[in-house]
Amino acid sequence: MDIKDFIAPFAVWKRAFEKPFTVKKPIDQRPGAPRYRGFHKNDVEKCVGCGTCEAICMNKAIDLVPVAGREAKAGDSGLRPKIDYGRCCWCALCVDICPSGSLSMSNEYLWIDRDPDAFRYVPGVDKKPWDEAKLGYARAEGYRLLEGKRVEMAELPHAEAIKSFLELVRGYSREQAEKEADRCVSCGVCVASCPVHMDIPGYIKAVRDGDLTTGLRLLYETNPFPEACGRVCTHLCEEACSIGSGGDPVAIRWLKRYIADQVELSNYGQILPRAEPSTGKKVAVIGAGPGGLSAAYYLALLGHKVTVFEKDEAAGGMLRYGIPEYRLPYPALDKDIGYIESLGVEIKRGAAVGPGLSLASLRRDFDAVYISTGLPLAYGLEIPGDSHPSVLDGVAVLAAATRGEALGLGAKVAVIGGGNVAMDAARTALRNGASVDILYRRREEDMPADPQEIAEAKAEGARLIEKAIPLEVKDAEEGGARFVWNEARMVQKEEGKRPVPETIPGAIREERYDSIIAAIGQGPELSFVTEEDGIAMKRFKPQVSREGKTSAGKVFAGGDLVNDRKDAISAIADGHRAAQGIDRLLGGKGA
Amino acid sequence: MKREKTHIIPPAERASPDLSSGKYLVMWQGPQHPGITGNMSLRLVAEGDTVVDCETHVGYLHRGFEKLMERRLWMQNFPLVCRIAVPEPDFNEYCYAAAIEELAGIQIPEKAVWLRTLSLEMMRLASFLMWIGGQAGAFGHGTIIQWSVTMRDYVLDLFEELTGGRIYHMYIIPGGVRSDVPKGFLRHVLEVLNVVEKNLDDIELVMFHNAIFKLRAEGLGYIPKEWIDQYGITGPNARAAGVARDLRKDWGYLAYPKLDFEIILGTKSDAYERSRLRLLEMYQCINLLRQIIDAMPKEGSFKEKLPNPLHWKIPAGETYVAAECTRGEYGFYVVSDGSDKPRRVTVRGPSYTHAVSVMERLARGTNIADIAGLMVSLHTYPPEIER
Repeated sequence: MDIKDFIAPFAVWKRAFEKPFTVKKPIDQRPGAPRYRGFHKNDVEKCVGCGTCEAICMNKAIDLVPVAGREAKAGDSGLRPKIDYGRCCWCALCVDICPSGSLSMSNEYLWIDRDPDAFRYVPGVDKKPWDEAKLGYARAEGYRLLEGKRVEMAELPHAEAIKSFLELVRGYSREQAEKEADRCVSCGVCVASCPVHMDIPGYIKAVRDGDLTTGLRLLYETNPFPEACGRVCTHLCEEACSIGSGGDPVAIRWLKRYIADQVELSNYGQILPRAEPSTGKKVAVIGAGPGGLSAAYYLALLGHKVTVFEKDEAAGGMLRYGIPEYRLPYPALDKDIGYIESLGVEIKRGAAVGPGLSLASLRRDFDAVYISTGLPLAYGLEIPGDSHPSVLDGVAVLAAATRGEALGLGAKVAVIGGGNVAMDAARTALRNGASVDILYRRREEDMPADPQEIAEAKAEGARLIEKAIPLEVKDAEEGGARFVWNEARMVQKEEGKRPVPETIPGAIREERYDSIIAAIGQGPELSFVTEEDGIAMKRFKPQVSREGKTSAGKVFAGGDLVNDRKDAISAIADGHRAAQGIDRLLGGKGA
Repeated sequence: MKREKTHIIPPAERASPDLSSGKYLVMWQGPQHPGITGNMSLRLVAEGDTVVDCETHVGYLHRGFEKLMERRLWMQNFPLVCRIAVPEPDFNEYCYAAAIEELAGIQIPEKAVWLRTLSLEMMRLASFLMWIGGQAGAFGHGTIIQWSVTMRDYVLDLFEELTGGRIYHMYIIPGGVRSDVPKGFLRHVLEVLNVVEKNLDDIELVMFHNAIFKLRAEGLGYIPKEWIDQYGITGPNARAAGVARDLRKDWGYLAYPKLDFEIILGTKSDAYERSRLRLLEMYQCINLLRQIIDAMPKEGSFKEKLPNPLHWKIPAGETYVAAECTRGEYGFYVVSDGSDKPRRVTVRGPSYTHAVSVMERLARGTNIADIAGLMVSLHTYPPEIER
């Protein structure tokens, strides 16, 4: 101890008049740092209500609640996160994980309110002063808790692909499938969008856990065509996928395919539910497409004896005759159908209902009838010269390709139309060595075909001619036919509606083709239905209840014939519902 | 004026005073008491003004973190762990993240290594600044805390700028850190370091050259060298006894092997020596921060890609990861059974030893007025005793 120890402490006085660091609120204000984690903000338009924030919140401070004026729709649950600031710890994991990136935080320090309930609110819906705050916590650049990119699917290179009908998509390996399945947040927004409401989060979890047995069981709960749907489904689920709101959607379709591909058909019997004991009831199904066979599968499970009448020499309907082999190889389809048959479903191939096998006789001999004959008749071009021998119908071309017949399309082919049949016909023609033009009356973005199919058709070498309105087909001296079209421009006629094509006067083009494939839509073939059958129709469609029941007793109908979506998965949904309806009609519980 | 300090080594056995004799006074210090540095309490038995027995009581702050963690996903625990030691959350974040990374075999990017080191050293400085105010205050010197808490607030401002939070930074996330430094941040750090350094000079002058502080702190709470291993004493408490124990050197984690520093050692092992050693470590901390800012890579990723946190399963295994915090060895023992939640997490806070066993023993024979000063000189945080 020395003298310094007595004098030094007085040095504190030198700081007595320094300005204190304290903020005298409300006289002084000190804004939060630009990254400050203050109260939440939510861009409710961007938010899809997936509830991933709720799932990651370790305090259970977030609850997804309905909000006024917001309805559930495809890809949006209609719910929005409500935050309880009695529980929130401002960790911002919800912001970090938010798939759409809609959640962020303001840099607001203080909020005082006498009402404790005020501290539970729905950001973005219940207006707060900081809603417009520019600063506050947001995910840093390059930082994401979820993987935005999907696991790339191995595909045949395009140059290779057009040389054969080999399957384009190779399928995921186990490692790839598990990695892709890991991207799913199990929000279930997809389930509502799937026409059959498959348990998508459930089977993706099964992939993640390597439990394919459970996966297959979940698939068959609502869909007996996992091999086919795993390849060619229109995957509305992926459009709804919450991960897709801020990156690539989870490859739900490929994961379904992965499960079905991995399990041998011979093991299906041990994994999937067995049929109930026989009820002694008989059901006839007309048309062995995905809808008819789905109805047959669920009816057979319920113990009914099902006989399917198929006009063609093989079962599968449009899956077989409308979808080319490179998208859906026949062995995969045969696997799905094989399992349905193994439950005792009898498929009478080459047995067209019509003269000799009337609907009335089926109604007499069976306890119920399900009509699922689809839309086999192609629409004509309805322009002068459309009966020219070079004008072919797209569905017939695809069916002939399935049967292995020589197509004789020639070297230069035009495909008229913008749907999936048009793309399939074009790509089939490419595989037959032709050069292909696809002519469509509107723009590429207006095409009803799957965008991936359009992209692949283009990549394989098809030329897309947009805004081409067919005028005439003329005979060509050099052989084939000349296709004449009028160039169009898109005109916004009505506010809020999609623009319509309008011909440009004088802009007439023509081109010679060896074949012109018309693929502009199809209609039903119901010549076997007579007036005596008493099935009420509207615009050539049988009128049906939710379960597919027509006005004629014990006759049900479904599939493309009836629904608007006209895809396999909707036909499967109709078939499943009809099976439940028929079971109820026959005295069962419908499940 | 010379005053010889003799070290009293309290007996290992507890006294059993006859409380009905009327000779003793039983009194409670805490759980709400500034000299306790948190919510715990001491039951003191005094004879006159000398403490003859001390019993520590914990449980006022039990939040069950270790059990809570078993019910939460690996990633969900990341905002939870920081709360285990309130004034020094980053060490929890680091140990937890590093344990997961070790179990899952994840290598974090170089940039993240440096950013973690930066954040831990900033935390050390902030924590020491809070402690030094408490230490001076415990001996009746109220000015220091006003200075040091202001300095700490400057550091917390930096944390707010870097991480978005002042107290719970939640910055060190499994796989790296949550963000790169914002623009101009490193310059701000250097500015703050200059201010803090100047302040430390003032503190050194008025606190360590202060007759009262010296009189009360010298010889108080002497920890013999043999106790270090017996009690598992770590950090400045061990180093003040001359035991060179510092995980930053011994284990060489994060960027510490690339930094130039020596372990600071003391000899006298009393409250004054421990305080002085911590002051020197604050200067060392400032020096380390300057080195980090110099050497840190300017570019590069700050976070490794991880699996989806909602389904993340950590391979079965167990590990112990520790870091040198201001009070000594701070460790996380983590066991995974291969599922998406930890099977068991045990947190080793240095305060467990320092504030319970060591404190109980050192209190015996101490003047009752010095108990607060003694407690603070061990630099303990009760929250980390009760996990």
